[in-house]
Amino acid sequence: MSWGRRLGVLAGAGLAVGLGASGCFTERQNESAKIYATHCANCHGTQGEGLQRLIPPLAGSDYLVKNRLALACLIRKGVQGPLTVNGVEFNQVMPPADSHLTDSQITNLLNFIQTSWGNQGEVFTIREVSEQLQGCGASDGE
Amino acid sequence: MMSTFLPRALRLGLFALSTTLLLPACSLDSKPADTERLPFLGEREVKPHADGSPADTVYATIPDFRLTDQDRQVITNQTFAGKVYVTDFFFATCPSICPKMQSELLRVYTKFKDDPRVLFLSHTIDPAHDSIPVLRDYAQRLGIQDASRWHFATASHDSIFSLARAYMTAAQVDKGVPGGFAHSGAFALIDPQRRIRGVYDGMNPLEVQRLLDDLPVLLKEVEADQKAAK
Ligand code: HEC
Repeated sequence: MSWGRRLGVLAGAGLAVGLGASGCFTERQNESAKIYATHCANCHGTQGEGLQRLIPPLAGSDYLVKNRLALACLIRKGVQGPLTVNGVEFNQVMPPADSHLTDSQITNLLNFIQTSWGNQGEVFTIREVSEQLQGCGASDGE
Repeated sequence: MMSTFLPRALRLGLFALSTTLLLPACSLDSKPADTERLPFLGEREVKPHADGSPADTVYATIPDFRLTDQDRQVITNQTFAGKVYVTDFFFATCPSICPKMQSELLRVYTKFKDDPRVLFLSHTIDPAHDSIPVLRDYAQRLGIQDASRWHFATASHDSIFSLARAYMTAAQVDKGVPGGFAHSGAFALIDPQRRIRGVYDGMNPLEVQRLLDDLPVLLKEVEADQKAAK
């Protein structure tokens, strides 16, 4: 928990000094920021803000907390049908990621989301993510 | 004839676009504000007179169209008579650029939503999926309750795609890209004489800002023309 928060603070600092900082955490954070920018930001917004009632937000989303165990599979396989975030109902299609993301990339991406835009969610280990993905038959063991 | 005309029009359009991109400061600073005019994009034709008087220049115009919007209303060029409008091409299940594009267009809409001189028109390029109820749901989810301000419209596949070319917002079916359509995410700004006065990359907030700056310039021109015609 406190580790997650520290990671968030570090990430914030890393962004604040403008990608100049180095170190394991910030680099991983930069890589996942890039994955987010390439695969997710067009829909969910650069600040995770979502779009009206079409695309749910990731910043401050209660869905992340309530469905923690389903998040890795959601990213790999996409999701559709009615879904509620912060009391607002959404009903669109989120496609599977447009190119393959490895288990470890999904882990980093999830941790980026958990620690960005004021989110203070519990971070994931790669083991946990691989287990989730095995549960939906979609782990690649990488 | 169409097939040779269109690519040429597009090339000319892109050329016109690139010059406006390179020289925005020039056209803004060199003339007093009241004579400032936006360029005309697309193919132009110069028609000399037999008697030797100055030739007329005829600019590319948007052809006749007939679409149906989210309220099942038929909309045509007449719907936009005397108005300025901003238009784009999207589809409801677009996995790539549309949400970003539509959120940028929403930004423009929000600034002009109380200005009856400006209308908005989004065409679906996936009429097979985007039925009227789908368009209606999409519009409402985007927060657009008043269809007469921002039309989300459909027509046959062929008419939509030829319109996209006319608006210089290239859209085409491409099975190789996510979602099955390649499309540029451009916004076009159209004047009351159906002429294209600007094309903007809807994915780029700076370009969208240029649209926000151009709109009042065009509105001023329209107002001046309407006064002169009285
Ligand atoms: C094409 C647009 C699109 C893209 C790209 C996209 N999503 Fe989504 N996402 C959606 C939509 C739409 C929903 C809601 C689906 C529904 O209504 O069933 C959603 C739902 C979610 C949810 C659950 C609801 C919430 O807001 O907490 C998460 C988490 C999520 N997306 C994460 C991601 C991540 C991470 C990526 C990048 C790998 C991504 N999405 C890429 C459109 C997209």
